[in-house]
Amino acid sequence: MSALYKFRRRRGASVLVLFFALAVVSLGYSGVNNLITPASARIGSEETLVTKGSALFAEGCSSCHGLNGQGTSDGPNLSAVGAAAVHFQVSSGRMPMAAPGAQVMRKKPSYNEEETIALAAYVATFGPGPAIPSEEQINEWQNASVSEGGELFRTNCAQCHNFAGSGGALTNGKYAPSLNLATPQQIYEAMLTGPQSMPIFSDKTLTPESKAAIIRYIQELNKSENPGGMDLGRVGPVTEGLFLWVIGIGVLIIFSIWIGARVR
Amino acid sequence: MTNNFDINNTFDPDQEKSTTPISKEIETSLPKPATGIDHYLRRTDTDPKAAKRAERQVATLFGLSSCFTLVFVISFVAIPREKKVSVFAIGVTSLQNIVLGVSFGLAILLIGIGAIHWAKKLMSDVEVVQERKPIQPKAEVQAEALEAFRVGAEESGFGSRKLIRRSLLGALAMFPLPFLIMLRDLGPAPKGELRTTAWQEDLHIVTDITYQKIRPEDIPVGNLISAMPENILEILEEQQNLNERGKSAILLVRMRPEDIKSQQGPDWDYQGIVAYSKICTHVGCPIALYEQRTHHLLCPCHQSTFDLADSGQPIFGPAARRLPQLAITVDDEGYLIARQGFQEPVGPSFWERGA
Repeated sequence: MSALYKFRRRRGASVLVLFFALAVVSLGYSGVNNLITPASARIGSEETLVTKGSALFAEGCSSCHGLNGQGTSDGPNLSAVGAAAVHFQVSSGRMPMAAPGAQVMRKKPSYNEEETIALAAYVATFGPGPAIPSEEQINEWQNASVSEGGELFRTNCAQCHNFAGSGGALTNGKYAPSLNLATPQQIYEAMLTGPQSMPIFSDKTLTPESKAAIIRYIQELNKSENPGGMDLGRVGPVTEGLFLWVIGIGVLIIFSIWIGARVR
Repeated sequence: MTNNFDINNTFDPDQEKSTTPISKEIETSLPKPATGIDHYLRRTDTDPKAAKRAERQVATLFGLSSCFTLVFVISFVAIPREKKVSVFAIGVTSLQNIVLGVSFGLAILLIGIGAIHWAKKLMSDVEVVQERKPIQPKAEVQAEALEAFRVGAEESGFGSRKLIRRSLLGALAMFPLPFLIMLRDLGPAPKGELRTTAWQEDLHIVTDITYQKIRPEDIPVGNLISAMPENILEILEEQQNLNERGKSAILLVRMRPEDIKSQQGPDWDYQGIVAYSKICTHVGCPIALYEQRTHHLLCPCHQSTFDLADSGQPIFGPAARRLPQLAITVDDEGYLIARQGFQEPVGPSFWERGA
């Protein structure tokens, strides 16, 4: 007991206790959360995609979007969003949403690819909207031009997603996410459907060839290395300046204190 | 400086003798050991072993510095440039870059650390007072300088040779002229360029970079297009600069017609498609951070926010003026065109702009 008492008086003790409490609460929450969220629904293989999707929708989506996707006070109307929007939102884990907020964040998807396609097929029956792009359209980026993609990216995407695709802030807590984790299909679908604050870049005004070039450029960005070392998030002068001010000037201050300190 | 250093009882008397004799006058300006201060002795002052140890430490630091210089030279030659390495907190990077940087940095840092350690542990640490010298020189020095000036002036004949004096003054007066003339390069003063852009009646609106004409039915609600006038490439070719690209850039956005609260002119939209200048009215950054749900357009430079559903009025940030709107319609073939040029100057304010 006295050892514990001694420990309590140590300087780092309160921090350690705080971390411990945070760990307990967060692990406990995620455990409970997994129990109450349906990881996947069991559906017989003879059923069609749409009926599969309808069952999944009723179970996982209708509480916010309404039983027929008409929307409620908690979620928007899905009558004309199309299959591509559903595939983007569900495959990137943004839907189902963990909690309402300014921005829906990317997380581990709750449905597998098959279930996602079933959901998309069901929501597509609500009304017309962009379809999921075909395999060929998505894979076209492998033949596209990087330099053209760079030009298009800087004109149409870089203002929000940053010159290196690292994302950036918008207004009132909204932000443009980093593109590092997005798959070519998700990038294509996002341009097609304009999720959240993002505007739409329709196939007629930003052609499939241009989209392929943009995707190619993003893939090049993601695999490019940092010959100079730390990339500091590739967000430009903010982190670079912060690094210099804190680390650079910090070291200078430490040396100044050392030079001025009295010698025994 | 005979017995001034007596308070420092470790002062080496041999060294004192070896100092060169200096004149009384200079001696007064040398720092004097301060009196009335308690001087604490360092361990290296009292313990010869500690002094020896400190000496070895300094020599080690300097020695290490030379080693790192050698590491720099060797790695420059020996490490292949393509070699990659994964470093904690830095990630995959070039091995040669890392080694060159670290060894060069340590080579110079260790010289510095050694010098500080040397100064702190071994060099004399007497507290001194350095008094300021009087600014005014002594009377005889002043008189001597004035006399030298008078003699020089007399010998040059500056006072008596009027022709030389006047021509010299003339030459010196002329000399700044080139600097004034060079100001001409700031011009010519802009005529109408700040007020006009390439946009004019019936010009097709084309997508930027791909330069395709646009049909209104291809633009769904929420769509964003960065656009240019159709003749932009010819203009850039002709002018041999990018000024027109900077001025004529526009954004094309479609919103539901009932969402449009106001516009800068009656029916300047086309079925909910509105066109606004892409250039911020604050300091001219290109803005395209369009939030399709709120119809807000955010400038990345200083966070000015414009409401495209409400005449492009600024609603936040340093921009004071609304974004100029371009009136649009369609031609006979159904492609979007400008109905007229911009009715107010695009981009940031300028001196002669007026209200």
